[in-house]
Amino acid sequence: MSDTAADPRLLRAPPKKGIRLSWADEKLRGIVWQVLVVGVVVSILWWLVSNTSHNLEVRRIATGWGFLSREAGLPIGEHVIDYNPTNTYARALLVGVLNTLKVAVIGILLATVFGTLIGIARLSKNWLLSRIAATYIEVIRDLPLLLQLLFWYAILQGLPAPRQSLNPVTGVFLSNRGLKLPWIQWQDAHSFALLGLVAGIVATIFYARAARAKQMADGQPRKVWPLALGLILGLPLLIWAGLGAPFAGDIPALRGFNFQGGLTITPEYFALLLGLVMYTAAFIAEIVRAGIQSVARGQWEAAEALGLQRGRIMRLIVLPQALRVIIPPMTSQYLNLTKNSSLAVAIGYQDIVSISNTTLNQTGQAIEGIAIIMAVYLSISLSISLFMNWYNARIALVER
Amino acid sequence: MAEIAAEASAPRPLQDAVIGPRRPPLLAVGPVAWAKTNLFSSWLSTAVTLALGYLIIRWAMGFIDWAFVNAIWSVPVTNGQAQTQACRALNGTGACWAVVTEKHRFMLFGTYPYEEHWRPALCVLLFIGLYIVSAMRRFWRKELALIWIGTLALIGLLMWGGVFGLSYVPQERWGGLVITLILSTFGIALAFPLSILVALGRRSRLPAIKTLCILYVELIRGVPLISLLFMASVMFPLFLPEGINIDKLLRAQVAIILFAAAYLAEVVRGGLQALPRGQYEAADALGLGFWQKTGFIILPQALRLVIPPLVNTFIGMFKDTSLVLIIGIFDLLTAGKTAIVEPAWQGFGIEIYVTIGLIYFIFCFAMSRYSQGLEAELNQHRVR
Repeated sequence: MSDTAADPRLLRAPPKKGIRLSWADEKLRGIVWQVLVVGVVVSILWWLVSNTSHNLEVRRIATGWGFLSREAGLPIGEHVIDYNPTNTYARALLVGVLNTLKVAVIGILLATVFGTLIGIARLSKNWLLSRIAATYIEVIRDLPLLLQLLFWYAILQGLPAPRQSLNPVTGVFLSNRGLKLPWIQWQDAHSFALLGLVAGIVATIFYARAARAKQMADGQPRKVWPLALGLILGLPLLIWAGLGAPFAGDIPALRGFNFQGGLTITPEYFALLLGLVMYTAAFIAEIVRAGIQSVARGQWEAAEALGLQRGRIMRLIVLPQALRVIIPPMTSQYLNLTKNSSLAVAIGYQDIVSISNTTLNQTGQAIEGIAIIMAVYLSISLSISLFMNWYNARIALVER
Repeated sequence: MAEIAAEASAPRPLQDAVIGPRRPPLLAVGPVAWAKTNLFSSWLSTAVTLALGYLIIRWAMGFIDWAFVNAIWSVPVTNGQAQTQACRALNGTGACWAVVTEKHRFMLFGTYPYEEHWRPALCVLLFIGLYIVSAMRRFWRKELALIWIGTLALIGLLMWGGVFGLSYVPQERWGGLVITLILSTFGIALAFPLSILVALGRRSRLPAIKTLCILYVELIRGVPLISLLFMASVMFPLFLPEGINIDKLLRAQVAIILFAAAYLAEVVRGGLQALPRGQYEAADALGLGFWQKTGFIILPQALRLVIPPLVNTFIGMFKDTSLVLIIGIFDLLTAGKTAIVEPAWQGFGIEIYVTIGLIYFIFCFAMSRYSQGLEAELNQHRVR
């Protein structure tokens, strides 16, 4: 030990911490580079901003958010909340955000289900099924989404008029006015029943957790499903029955040249959803396939050797390992779907991009309009990333 | 010795009687066995095969009827007006390819002067030649950059004209497939070097540069391409000093470059991270400076690692150039959509979109096959 301490190389003084005034000094070089780059970027930005403010002055455009409280006067065909053209721009934009969310959320759910099915079909032992899935994935991924949207929209517009509409099942009509579905007349009792359903699901999750903790403690498995069934199905039914069990069907019917009643899915929404789901599903299918293939064969065999049933092997052994591979790329697909929903503007579905675009054309507030679009998408993207990162951290492999 | 010799010369009765390998039973090999294991292995599999087979045959017959048997390939033109009654009479039972026959020049070249169409056509061929040369590994050297610069300059010369007896064609009259190829090729060619700088910046130890690069990448990746294109078409004119006006195509091109660079930068960063630390340390130990280390040691290896995802990003960018439709730039898709605005051809969108889809598919499919082949080739050392 004392030998190494006496080593003359170790006795030499450590390099000085300070900055030498020489180009050979790494720290000085770093500072110079950073000052240079930041200086260039800031001066470019300053130049753009000064040009912009000058141009705005010349064109007599007043910047600011005052236009938001003015009357919009722009008709919106589809709205989740009450809206009419006499409402303000702020409300019109809110309707646009909700329309974007409506297509993104439902699109993500459907694309996940559809994509997973195709991914599993791609791995099927049946050659025909696997080839069809592979062809689907290859063809869909090699065509621009915008082209697909226009194609679906052209097909939906080519459907017969309401009077000659396709009627595959009683109460379901497909025509160039969109898809008509039977629905129920919504009443307060239904809303309460829906709340009951949510409460039932939450209660079931907590009950299942408690049951699991007890099983961990004493090793006795407990049946969860009878109570779960009661909570999830029984509770809403009980609330509904307690409030008088109101039920009235709302069946679409042809009156004159158009339909009355029922639930309408407009051709624009239908084409957008169809295009987004089919496109994203092709990418999700590849992710799911890669995820399942990433689990080594030995894991299946080991689980079989332990005597686990097939369903349990999938749920307890394979899926948790596959999910680790699947979740990160899946997150970016969800983000892509949300951002791609902005293509709605090409087929006339009024999402946030379409409404902002109309707003900026009507008011001339270009900077504000584009800032709104960007802010909306940035916050949606950020929320999805945060949620998926949290989920990913939860299922990630805990190492040491 | 004699014994051995005698044994060797002695006849060997057994040799004649050696039984050749017997053929396995017919049902264990050949198409029958293949079908049995791959199509009819269980009741469920058989049911799936039969149901899918039925659906495919029905759909294929319907498609052949629509696309070939009942299709109309050309219609008479009187007084410059196409007579499309025959197509309308089909009522959707057959394709009206006449719209493609009639409008294919417009879809490919837009409003470029008719008698000069050979120039954009030659440009398309030059682009395709450029892609093929870049795809061949024997051309992967420094001269390739010169080939790119030379070809792109030649393409610009052909499109604009104005010299060597070529008539001048203003940019507003360009259109069709050549615009799609220009936007995607120039987009990738300029975004790629930018993306390398950004990726290096994002891994830099200098905090200010790192923050700038992260901000750039995350901001661009967080918003849809459409919002950038809107920005290019609506806001860009406000950014520039008064009097300076950049044409719309160039503005869209800038937006596409900035967008592509952010995505490519993430792919390149993946390669930089995947490279073992030892490579960086070995370069440091040799006393190489930052740019020498990056140029000679790090980038050649890191880029090779990410060629397949790079090609996938290129495919994505190629498809995404179609979004310029929304700001009214005349690319292939916009030209197709415009072709059916004419009253005579209204309602024949499906035929047009199928044709355009075929063109996009050929380009993207070729790229994706190429990337798969390249991936297999570059990973040969990992496969034992």
